[in-house]
Amino acid sequence: MAEVREGLYYSKEHEWVKVEGDVAVVGITDHAQDELGEIVFVELPEVGAEVNAGDSVASVESVKSASEIYTPVSGKIVEVNEKLQDEPALINNSPYDEGWIFKIELKDKSELNNLLDAAGYSEFIGA
Amino acid sequence: MRTPLYEKHVELGAKIVDFHGWEMPLHYGSIIEEHLACRQQVVLFDVSHMGEVIVKGPDFEKFVNYIITNNFAKIVPGQIVYSPMCYEHGGVVDDLLAYKFEDKALLVVNAANIKKDYEWILEHSKGFDVEVLNVSDDYLQIAVQGPSAEKLMKRCVNVDVDKLLYYNFVETVMFGEPVILSRTGYTGEDGFEVYASSDAVHLWSRLLEVGKEFGIRPAGLGARDTLRFEAGMPLYGHELSEDITPLEAGLRWTVKFKKGDFIGREALLNQKKEGLKRRLRGFEVEGRRIARGGEKFYSKEGDEIGFVTSGIYSPILKKSLAMGIVNIEYKEGKVVEVDFKGKRVDALVVSLPFVEHKTKRAKT
Repeated sequence: MAEVREGLYYSKEHEWVKVEGDVAVVGITDHAQDELGEIVFVELPEVGAEVNAGDSVASVESVKSASEIYTPVSGKIVEVNEKLQDEPALINNSPYDEGWIFKIELKDKSELNNLLDAAGYSEFIGA
Repeated sequence: MRTPLYEKHVELGAKIVDFHGWEMPLHYGSIIEEHLACRQQVVLFDVSHMGEVIVKGPDFEKFVNYIITNNFAKIVPGQIVYSPMCYEHGGVVDDLLAYKFEDKALLVVNAANIKKDYEWILEHSKGFDVEVLNVSDDYLQIAVQGPSAEKLMKRCVNVDVDKLLYYNFVETVMFGEPVILSRTGYTGEDGFEVYASSDAVHLWSRLLEVGKEFGIRPAGLGARDTLRFEAGMPLYGHELSEDITPLEAGLRWTVKFKKGDFIGREALLNQKKEGLKRRLRGFEVEGRRIARGGEKFYSKEGDEIGFVTSGIYSPILKKSLAMGIVNIEYKEGKVVEVDFKGKRVDALVVSLPFVEHKTKRAKT
């Protein structure tokens, strides 16, 4: 059973967003990593890039498939999880903690209203 | 559709996916671990979704030889040939294994093509004294693959398995069930394929039980694909298709022009005489992005030169690898580029297979 963590925002593309002040941490959900299988490569976004909600900013490759990562919120990428370059499996083993993908400076906090909460996401994935 | 072993996969915690209408196990936890277990120990695959077509009657040998490109007349009962089955234009209907019995042939075909193949075979049997039967639902098929497969088989059947060489088979009994046991597989490792009645589901559990001491584990379609890929074996719909001939797919050895007439002979002979314009090659792709099939290849000069047929992350070589059809001049050692949605990445042309085969052949 996939974990859906309370207190996070979720997109229908299976990203999670954790708000820490003006910055949001983004990763993919436990459900998403389970569907993808063993991740062997993560292409990270560029620090400093200005992106809009819905843009494809990163990608993860598993043994069997590739998946684009869309940013659920607009803003400037301020940090990426460099550890994923050598240990892409962190996304499988710890999707909500060590497997985070990038941090983004929020441009418009009202965009968070377009996202699902834990209950809404659980329902969305049929958990 | 489900194979007779579906419940076993669910019990084992398999991730089930749709494969051409079949609910099949993709993996039982880890494609990479299952892949490595096949290269190092032994694994079991449920391949009951594969199709079986029987051709019997006085002309069975002549007819099978007419519909496939390899030479079915040359082998004796108890032997098997791998062969493409072609259209008149040289493209491929399917690739199959043809088992020769005293009085019939058993053709083992791809799950996705069962209906198409059966109709094709039936249609071309007019004028031959044969009977063609689609018996796909009567069989359960299990592949036992890996370096410890022989040791395991010795515990399961009363047959001199050391003497059963690659592409040979016997009819025997396994755990009380009549089976066809062949030394074949789709991994590049030594191994066997077992055909039994579709209700003989206990064979699966017994093989897992007896195989414990050899480190056996079940493996899903994910590992089946990465294993066949490393072994450079074609997958219908990717390296072989209606639009790709066996010669272009590097299967010249399966096309026997001297054996007499067969469907597709003229087209293939013309292609051979004119010289191939494109061919299947192996590629090591720079970086870790994986070509999934369909991506285009470009020359360093920027010309489009071909397309990717399949690609994987290789658990053994730990690299992004691809197979693809490119213009004939792009041979081993050349560097080309793969296009990932506008981003060009270098790919080195390498020889196939990526990983050497370890099958048990007769010493020559």
